[in-house]
Amino acid sequence: MFALTVNGTRQQVDVAPDTPLLWVLRDNLGITSVKYSCGIAECGMCTVLIDGTARRSCVVPIEEVDGSAITTIEGLPDDHPVKIAWIEKQVPQCGYCQPGIMLQTVDFLSRVPHPSETEINNAMDDVICRCGSHPRIRKAIRMAAKITASQGG
Amino acid sequence: MDKAMTRRSFLKTGSLVIAAATVANSTELFNASQVYGSAEMPFKPHAFLEIRADDTVVVWVGQTNLGQGTHTGLAMVIADELDASWGNVQVKMALAADPFKDPVWHAQLTGGSTSFRHRWDLLRSVGAAARQMLLEAAAQQWGLNAGECKASEGKIIHPDGRSLRYGQLVETAGKRAVPVNPQLKNPAAHTIIGTQKARLDIPDKVQGKTVYGFDFTLPGMCVAVVARPPRYGAVPEAYNADAAMAVKGVIKVIPLEERIAVCAENTYAAMRGRNALDLKWSEGSHPNLSDEMIAAVFTDSLKKKGADAGKKGGVDQALATASQTLQQEYSLPYLSHGQVEPINCTAHVEKDRCRIWIPTQMQTATQMTASSLTGLPIENVEVMTLPAGGGFGLRGEQDPVVDSVLLSQALDRPVKVIWTREDDFIHGYFRPANRSRVQAGLDEHGQIICWDHTIAAPSVMSRVMPHAVVDGIDPDAVSGVSDMVYTFANHAVHYVMVNLPVTVGWWRSVGFSSNIFAVESFMDELAHAAGKDPVLFRLAHMEKGSRSYDVLALLAEKGGWNTPVPAGRARGVAVSACFESFAAHMAEVSVGENGNVKVHRVVCALDCGTAIYPDAIKAQAEAGVVMGLSAAFHEQVSFAKGGVKTANYDDYPVLTMSDVPEVEVFIAKNDFKAGGVGEPVLPSVAPAVANAIFKASGIRLRELPFRKDLLKQG
Repeated sequence: MFALTVNGTRQQVDVAPDTPLLWVLRDNLGITSVKYSCGIAECGMCTVLIDGTARRSCVVPIEEVDGSAITTIEGLPDDHPVKIAWIEKQVPQCGYCQPGIMLQTVDFLSRVPHPSETEINNAMDDVICRCGSHPRIRKAIRMAAKITASQGG
Repeated sequence: MDKAMTRRSFLKTGSLVIAAATVANSTELFNASQVYGSAEMPFKPHAFLEIRADDTVVVWVGQTNLGQGTHTGLAMVIADELDASWGNVQVKMALAADPFKDPVWHAQLTGGSTSFRHRWDLLRSVGAAARQMLLEAAAQQWGLNAGECKASEGKIIHPDGRSLRYGQLVETAGKRAVPVNPQLKNPAAHTIIGTQKARLDIPDKVQGKTVYGFDFTLPGMCVAVVARPPRYGAVPEAYNADAAMAVKGVIKVIPLEERIAVCAENTYAAMRGRNALDLKWSEGSHPNLSDEMIAAVFTDSLKKKGADAGKKGGVDQALATASQTLQQEYSLPYLSHGQVEPINCTAHVEKDRCRIWIPTQMQTATQMTASSLTGLPIENVEVMTLPAGGGFGLRGEQDPVVDSVLLSQALDRPVKVIWTREDDFIHGYFRPANRSRVQAGLDEHGQIICWDHTIAAPSVMSRVMPHAVVDGIDPDAVSGVSDMVYTFANHAVHYVMVNLPVTVGWWRSVGFSSNIFAVESFMDELAHAAGKDPVLFRLAHMEKGSRSYDVLALLAEKGGWNTPVPAGRARGVAVSACFESFAAHMAEVSVGENGNVKVHRVVCALDCGTAIYPDAIKAQAEAGVVMGLSAAFHEQVSFAKGGVKTANYDDYPVLTMSDVPEVEVFIAKNDFKAGGVGEPVLPSVAPAVANAIFKASGIRLRELPFRKDLLKQG
């Protein structure tokens, strides 16, 4: 039995210790905003925040995160700067990759609150968006940084 | 609600007054058996449109939401002609049904950039008919002629300024006859078409609420992962069903012809169960299939004369009189769609009906597939289209429909079949590889007098639309060459059909995605040989004032073709016309001594007729640049040992953030019929970059993906 705090709610799951967190969230807890796409940590679609750090849940075994706090996209407030910016800049096309990319952005901006263009490119160079929303992701990250700064965050 | 009643009204497709069986928004999808009929809808003048007493305007769509913005755009067209208040408009996905079939192609599908260009008059007429009915209803109530009243923002307005909301008129408007030829607006009167709107599906996508096919679930559903042959023509020789059954959560192992399905209580168990099968496969039908073998087949194919796919004038005679002749070959690889949500389908087969939930691009094919497997009439196959995590043409394929229907029959419960990423790459229907040879002659003024083009490529249509292949010619395989934007006095096109076991399918912009690279690269080589400016040279071979001509001129003007190029950079252009639209790209690149190419800026000019939803068009144009660059620099499916070698994104890198340039988009302003968007914005990207690389380095790249080794200095 493993314990997780998912978006503020304590959960217990009875799964094999090597079960990837991705499948615990999807299969056992029904949180399908965390997406499967590659299964080998190449694409970033399964990214969640584990104790505030963005990680790829498809390669994180549940036993490694026993007792951790997990944040998925539902765990961010509806008016979170990243969500506001993603809507304002009309970022998603198919949208399948976006929750993971947004969560990676939250982690990135927490570490680099005033990113340069190069820092944004480097921080987002390991995620896949097949639709090609990249130009808008860049704009949304800049906007989210501005909103956060204006909130004194 | 009486199911039979609903079914009968559902079938009354000859009339405009029909009730499409419908399922409400995604949050209600889980109660998918709920069906609404016309009795509950006082005003539903067409399957596409319903207005409720609370003023809500519901636009029902049959097009797949692949993220292209169509769901919002379709509603914009109807709402504009309706003079609806945009804030009251909702969009809902309809069950597959006849009214949602493409009026030109007679099947329900989302492909060929057809959503608007095949429905331009229809969509407007639906809104206009409803508006007229509301006007007449209000006028009758006031004792006026309809012409004395006007519609605006969801209200009918009396000459004295009084008004009635649409919701107040639904009862009486719903009793009126639907006008067959309603008066359409003058384009100048459009108030929603051509304006900025927020896409209606974006908030749910940002909040993580959108339920894609892969996420879909039903009470009692199980998940199946199917082992499919890893090599063409292979069959299972041995497998360990007991080991799969030993995985916790696995329910059953079910052989399906050459495939073995593992059904489980959840996805992870099904995936683990399949791995446990320890399958031994036979050698397959083409054990020698490899990249090298395929390359050799293409080389041989291009030596053949091929079928005549177009002939004008006399190319040979013209070549003999040319001042200068040029010949080159171009090569493009097989491409995967790489759409991020893997293939999936959920089916529930019952005694009298079959229900399917799938992010399909081809609903009619899904209905037909399930009907033929179950023996149920087509109208007893309900297909609910779920939002798709990308598609790019792949989602017209029916393999997961077959498996989920068969497995649901076998288990007597709902079954969701999912593919893993590896399944998606290995069992893809790839954009055909393409090899071509082009020869042209220039006269003493540097004008092209003849163009002779031989294309060797596999045929998609031979599989999916065999009747369209006449005299050995797949019209898609020669698209962009047999119907160029240029006019030459002497023009010949030959097609050599390449037959290999590799499965091929539609990929964004289909044949144009390959052929425009050859055409537009060669045009650049000819301009260079003639000593002409690449833009002026192209314009000199187009009809002045044609839309192709104008879109290239627009690109040159807006992109600053004639302005100084920043130090160390060079520019290239390309142009194409497809799906009733016209697009041109200009790329600005630099080439480092190590052979690294940096694409700094790409400008797109697009004439897609009436620009219904400019921001979505811009998004598609940006996306076309990203996907075009990705194909130009990275993408290639590899083959080895009789099957596909490419297994995951680490074998098939796609363009990522650092390599995405600044993208500028300029949309031509006109009132022409709406053309395609999603596909026309792609084909001219790669050749524009190749042409810019040549200008920067003097090195001509004729093969995709670009080979960096060819660009290394010294």
